[in-house]
Amino acid sequence: MSERPTYTPFHPRWYRPPVSTWWWLKRPSSRAFILRELSSIFVAWFVVFFLLLVAAVGRGEAAYQEFLRWATNPGSVLINLVSLLFVVFHAVTWFNLAPRAMVVHIRGKRVPGKLIAASNYGAWVVTSILVAWIILAGSR
Amino acid sequence: MVKRTLTLEPLLWLLFSAGGVVAALVIPVLLLLFGLAFPLGWLSPPSHAHMLAVLGHPLSRVTIFVSCTLLLFHWAHRFRYTLYDGLQIKHLNELIVLLCYGGVLVGSIAAGYLVWQLP
Amino acid sequence: MDDRITLRLARYRPEEEAEPTFEEYEVPCRKDWVVLDGLNYIKDQLDGTLSFRWSCRMGICGSCGMTVNGEPKLTCETFLTDYAPGPVRIEPLQNFPVIRDLIVEMTDFMQKLTTIKPWIVRDEERPLAEGEYRQTPDEMSEYMQYSMCINCMLCYAACPVYSLDPKFIGPAAIALAQRYNLDSRDEGSGERLDILSQHEGIWACTFVGECTEVCPKDVDPAGAIQRYKLDAALTSLKSFLLPWGAR
Repeated sequence: MSERPTYTPFHPRWYRPPVSTWWWLKRPSSRAFILRELSSIFVAWFVVFFLLLVAAVGRGEAAYQEFLRWATNPGSVLINLVSLLFVVFHAVTWFNLAPRAMVVHIRGKRVPGKLIAASNYGAWVVTSILVAWIILAGSR
Repeated sequence: MVKRTLTLEPLLWLLFSAGGVVAALVIPVLLLLFGLAFPLGWLSPPSHAHMLAVLGHPLSRVTIFVSCTLLLFHWAHRFRYTLYDGLQIKHLNELIVLLCYGGVLVGSIAAGYLVWQLP
Repeated sequence: MDDRITLRLARYRPEEEAEPTFEEYEVPCRKDWVVLDGLNYIKDQLDGTLSFRWSCRMGICGSCGMTVNGEPKLTCETFLTDYAPGPVRIEPLQNFPVIRDLIVEMTDFMQKLTTIKPWIVRDEERPLAEGEYRQTPDEMSEYMQYSMCINCMLCYAACPVYSLDPKFIGPAAIALAQRYNLDSRDEGSGERLDILSQHEGIWACTFVGECTEVCPKDVDPAGAIQRYKLDAALTSLKSFLLPWGAR
């Protein structure tokens, strides 16, 4: 890897401005970036929430009902609402960026990026319906 | 020929990406159902017997374990870089790696245990 | 014709001052004038000591990149009227050391460009007598977009990762590597991967996407880096699973 250029007699002095810790607040695009990156925290929260559900189901009927009751408290609803917004933001940015990282050729022809993005959104809809159908099949 | 240094970075990035896909595809619907729709009474929650049948299926157990691990790898990678770049604390690298991938290890073991102990 | 606009220029005279200062100049704000015309007016009419780089005035040479009101821009295609009534703040490109006034030190960028071997690499050069390497239009369109780069360094000025870690090889260099990797005549992708798969290579990029937004030639360096990551990760996974396999 190249080193930074060194000082020479011809360039006696350079000015190098420092980077602010809050650089990501300055531009709208970097604010969107930092929100996208922070969505990862809510992904981790979902794992915790989901594993609590799995644990409750494993412990039996009473624990499961207790979990469902606990999930109705305002704090839990609020954090899940915020998490949902962040994860949807993650999903939208993820699917929009996918065609730029993934270039697919079918029979030597390059598949247009819009089609790749559309197939991603399609997969999102299908998976969501499938998961909801599996779970809601047991609704009372 | 440059000497190739063994680096985990490509593998971690692949796990991050796989987790990103899982997160985008399944988290929104599950959060919508269990985080909002059931607690707020928009829909009635499934019975315990049904949940047990769904989660306890061998295929579900494997899927839940793998998905949770991938989701945690997704979190670890992104969060690690957010700490590096957002707070400029790359000099605490060892601590950050310990926090992030330690979290993955703990969460993944927990997920494995929980799906294994399902009756 | 009477319209005028104020340019707030960052001046840095290393023999006189330790940090840049701002100076204001009033220039005509004509409909057909770009920021570069304003700078040339100052240089010719108001203050001959002002230093800045420029050459072609038509978005080809890539030498007049500066920070205009906080955004990296080619000053030859940034119109003054878009900033009326002003004032317009003009500073040197960010993330590079400033030598004087609006001129930055670009040796770092030039060195990085050469590390990724931006030429066609062959395992074995074909003798001249056997003729040229041929390519179909479809094969050319695979890398065409990435070959449009004019080395204006706006993407480096916009890149937060480069600003935080100057060792990061940066958007334009990786896009250029991808331009040669995707060239059907090239066989150097393995050599480039050895260089780029180092941490400062591609893995430092977090896909902020600023490079693509500021690129005046629609090269999409951010996309190139992600494509490269996917290729590199799959290649290294393959060589991990099949260590004896030839690459």
